[in-house]
Amino acid sequence: MTTSFIELAYFIASLLFILGLRDLRSPETGRRGVRLAELAMLIAIAATLLHNHLIRYDWIIAGVLTGSTIGITMAIFIPMAKMPERIALSHSFGGLAAALVGVSEYSRHAGALAPGKMAAIGFEVMLGALTFTGSLMAFGKLQGMITERPLTHRFQNALNVILIAGTGAAIVYLISNPADQTLFYAMLGMSFFLGILVVLPIGGADMPVVISLLNSFAGLAAAATGFALSNSVLIVCGALDGASGFFLSIVMSKAMNRSFSNILFGAFGQESESANEVSRAAHRSLLSATIGDALVVLGNAHSVIVVPGFGMAAAHAQHAVRELADLLEQRGVTVKYAIHPVAGRMPGHMNVLLAEANIAYDHLYDIEAINDEFAGTDVALVVGANDVVNPAAKTDPQSPIYGMPVLNAEQARSVIVLKRSMNPGFAKIENELFTRPNAMMLFGDAKETLTQLVRALKEQR
Amino acid sequence: MTEWVLWLYIFALAAFVGYQVISGVPPLLHTPLMSATNAISGISLVGSLVTAGADYNLTSSLLGLVAVTCATINVVGGFLITDRMLKLFKKRGDHRS
Repeated sequence: MTTSFIELAYFIASLLFILGLRDLRSPETGRRGVRLAELAMLIAIAATLLHNHLIRYDWIIAGVLTGSTIGITMAIFIPMAKMPERIALSHSFGGLAAALVGVSEYSRHAGALAPGKMAAIGFEVMLGALTFTGSLMAFGKLQGMITERPLTHRFQNALNVILIAGTGAAIVYLISNPADQTLFYAMLGMSFFLGILVVLPIGGADMPVVISLLNSFAGLAAAATGFALSNSVLIVCGALDGASGFFLSIVMSKAMNRSFSNILFGAFGQESESANEVSRAAHRSLLSATIGDALVVLGNAHSVIVVPGFGMAAAHAQHAVRELADLLEQRGVTVKYAIHPVAGRMPGHMNVLLAEANIAYDHLYDIEAINDEFAGTDVALVVGANDVVNPAAKTDPQSPIYGMPVLNAEQARSVIVLKRSMNPGFAKIENELFTRPNAMMLFGDAKETLTQLVRALKEQR
Repeated sequence: MTEWVLWLYIFALAAFVGYQVISGVPPLLHTPLMSATNAISGISLVGSLVTAGADYNLTSSLLGLVAVTCATINVVGGFLITDRMLKLFKKRGDHRS
């Protein structure tokens, strides 16, 4: 009786989870979707507490209390700009939880596991462990605790292949010989190591793809937990999470025109060979503009498209962007925002930051929706974006980013670029947009520059 | 049909439905999407609960305790922060007083 009741509850929860995700199709229904998913979670947890294996609640209560305290604190105090870090951390928590449940299942049955169950536990532990360390690495890179530059060594790819093959072989062997405990824990260790090694050589600009892939792995680890515990709702939710991560990974790698293997094993963002001497010479002759110059251009504009990038997030400049946009709009200027899918460090990063600054979402446009409008626009205001507005992606087959869809900022009548310094962007690729005759560079902290512009515009009136 | 084949069916169909549903989410909401699926994958809490509360042995209980803590952080924090994010998305006219 209880078992079928629990199964029924899990079934209802699974349906509600899918309906909830469907509501994320629009910002208007999104919050309802979250409510549905919360309800689903409540049903699933309440039903699980009726499980006849559950006999003591002290460990559970301790864990739930600690987890809730940490979870609530993080949810309330974390700034939106830190969202990529938070997501990376929570992927690591998800991976760790799956791995630990797997280890517990294994140690409890110590060798007497049926092949199907052993395979499920093997995958659960492997995926969970590598998601855990991989996400911690991603977190460290986002936080700046580990360099965002790709860390490479000569045997890196060979070592990774050996580790992947080794873990796979260990799981296969364990399926027929589940009693080999040493091998099981060696497999766990290799998986931890693998997560570190795979993420370490990946550069910061590739973080959107890495975070999406880790999202997918965390989901698959949860699904494998479901197989190991014969738990339907775990399988369904793991599959949903895995599918979502996979979908986002595809969107991101398409937006970069690169394959998964290129991102995972290519160590993008090292010194680029194609950065040729001509463009280096051009940079030396590049002159920076003044606030006054920018003011003249903005003062004569009727239409402005803002192109935000990671620099805006790093400088927390989204509120200053909005102040400037408000002033311009009061003067009758139309202001739109062009969002490149990989601008920032995670999918949708820019949208959340601009929404936080109270910019209405119907002003935010995807690359396909706005790219033809640059040609008829007076000013493209590039705030801390670089590679996503590099025209070389369209014109220079030698460029490492050739073929990547980019925003046509150079087609605007004038381009104002806010940039911290003349160092090339993350990918170390020279950007010829900056040397175009219609471009002017404003060097300095994006937030400070914008604040100065706002002040000057106010004084002008 | 053995049980695990049934589980495979469930997994494959859920992944397929999930992919279809999620591909309808606009880029505007990709961060809340990731945050929401993250909270949902905190469902591994149901597995951790059994591990922590079944009193199999001390090792299991301790592993279960850590797993419950991690999963709860994702569930509670994930839903709260997704909602906090979605609250920020306003249409033109909504935010001017």
